[in-house]
Amino acid sequence: MQLLVNQVLAGIATGAIYACMALAVVMIYQAIGHLNFSQGEMAMFSTFVSWQLMQWGVPYWGAFVITLVFAFVGGVAIERILFKPLAKAPVLTNVAGFIALFAIINSSAGLIWDFTIKQYPTPFGSSPFLGSQLISTHQAGMIGVTVLLLLGLYFFFQYTRIGLAMRAAASLPESARLVGINTSWMIALGWGMATAIGAIAGMLIAPVVFLEPNMMGGVLIYGFASAVVGGLTSPFGAVLGGFLVGIFENLAGTYIPGVGNELKLPIALALIISVLVVKPAGLFGRPIVKRV
Amino acid sequence: MSAAEEVVAEGHAAVEAVPKRAMTLGTSTSIVVLLLLIAVPLFAKNFVIFQLTQLLYLGLAVLALNILTGGSGQFSLGQSAFYGIGAYVTAVMMEQFNIPYFLCLPVAGVVCFGAGFLFGQPALRLSGVYLALATFALATAMPQLLKLNFLEPWTGGVQGLVVTKPDAPFGLPMSQDMWLYYFSLVVVLAIYIFSVNLLRSRSGRAFMAIRDNEIAASAMGVNVALYKTLAFGVSAAITGVAGGLSAIAVQFVAPDSFTITLAIQLFLGMVVGGVGWLPGSIVGAAFIIFVPNIAEGISKGLSGAVFGVLLFLVIYLVPHGARQITIVGQWLTNNRTKTGAWRP
Repeated sequence: MQLLVNQVLAGIATGAIYACMALAVVMIYQAIGHLNFSQGEMAMFSTFVSWQLMQWGVPYWGAFVITLVFAFVGGVAIERILFKPLAKAPVLTNVAGFIALFAIINSSAGLIWDFTIKQYPTPFGSSPFLGSQLISTHQAGMIGVTVLLLLGLYFFFQYTRIGLAMRAAASLPESARLVGINTSWMIALGWGMATAIGAIAGMLIAPVVFLEPNMMGGVLIYGFASAVVGGLTSPFGAVLGGFLVGIFENLAGTYIPGVGNELKLPIALALIISVLVVKPAGLFGRPIVKRV
Repeated sequence: MSAAEEVVAEGHAAVEAVPKRAMTLGTSTSIVVLLLLIAVPLFAKNFVIFQLTQLLYLGLAVLALNILTGGSGQFSLGQSAFYGIGAYVTAVMMEQFNIPYFLCLPVAGVVCFGAGFLFGQPALRLSGVYLALATFALATAMPQLLKLNFLEPWTGGVQGLVVTKPDAPFGLPMSQDMWLYYFSLVVVLAIYIFSVNLLRSRSGRAFMAIRDNEIAASAMGVNVALYKTLAFGVSAAITGVAGGLSAIAVQFVAPDSFTITLAIQLFLGMVVGGVGWLPGSIVGAAFIIFVPNIAEGISKGLSGAVFGVLLFLVIYLVPHGARQITIVGQWLTNNRTKTGAWRP
């Protein structure tokens, strides 16, 4: 029982990170209709920036905020410079663009900070949370930050003018343009926010997986899995998908014999395929109805 | 517009413009290319011949993806899995059971056809990004599956298997590399001709009808489920043969040679060569083999970044890939003879 509760809580903690990544993926997917394969590398680069700031003596939360601003501006810039010209290009060309961006960021980070593994500090400490043996303070902090972020985003999209404009631009671009919304900048804004969310995920997971240019590979795959399980059209679904995948991954690793750490990833991916076969639009996604 | 539809719209416009020649080179161009492919190894060093062989089998794998995506509009990031299965089937048969290499390739093809057909079943319900993710999952799982303990007596586990390179038969005065090159050339040519004919046949037209509009196709009596899985199976079979050739040429198979990176390379090859244009596969293969080397030459530390920048240049300058060159060429000749009405 102790083991079960422990695994579920640990699953929720990693699930929080997957939820952040899934949210970032869904935000860009909503804005431009493509999966961003370089999301993880963008998050990794932001995390390195925060690490560098801390090396220069900036305190943790200062570095945190500066990194968020950097990530936001960087995301907007990438959209404006690289992907705006591709807006009308076929989907495969866009995917190739994401792969190119992946290679560029990964290689630059490797050149600037090299490929050795670095320690990354946690602002919460790693002692057991409130004296309980079930969960560490960092894990609790991960869950807490994610929940705060989700609440913030919820209020942003539900109760602010600009959040409403972004939702309008994502769901009906033509009509949104007619009522005076600058849809092109709404897309850039979506990119900026997605990059910032990714940066938060990166900074939260870095103390667990350590800091190196390839750290986000696995996390991004789980992020995709979460987004797909929850439904690519539903931010709420993506978040829930993140927690589900986190818990499922941990339980499968512990309880299914012969799985262990080696086969965790294939198992999580088998989960995606099974969910998709039963519900092709994900658990909370809207099926797209096409007119012939 | 869904992802698959966009692919389709793209391919469709070009295909409509030049119905007969859209998928192949003209007869005279084909003969020139073929003569070049036959002649070049006679004057090249063994290492260059090896690279040309690499070009052939990777080109074959890109061609297979092209049949799937360009032909039936389905999208796959999991080709590395079928490539790996083909390579392993060939290697295990050659090394553990001493079966001659030319018999292993058809078996690899058949096994992969089965694997592709089976994977095509659940994939039937998915399209666009969802299919991309499902196949992506297959590609990530494959290296782990190849490492499984109970397969180790055959596959050699993490260590992989060493494959013996075949000698030229009948005492032909050829180096092993050169023999393997010509052997691969024959296999690739046969499959290329098969593919061209397949896409022009009734089945090929069914693929394209599904690609262009699934609902309309099924209304016209095309068995959508059958043809979609068939496209998956054929593509997997060809990929498997390509994997088998690679196992013989590289003389080694290991689980980590068949990761998602390979699937991404094949995908890039298809985009650079031009989606739906079969001869572009070789151009695409050349891009994924040689451009990383060029990038390495420009800057060692930043080779990935240089590769990325070159890739961006390609997709900005020629969004239709190498195919664009022929489209422009045909447009020019059509304008001169005033028969065509193709406008870019």
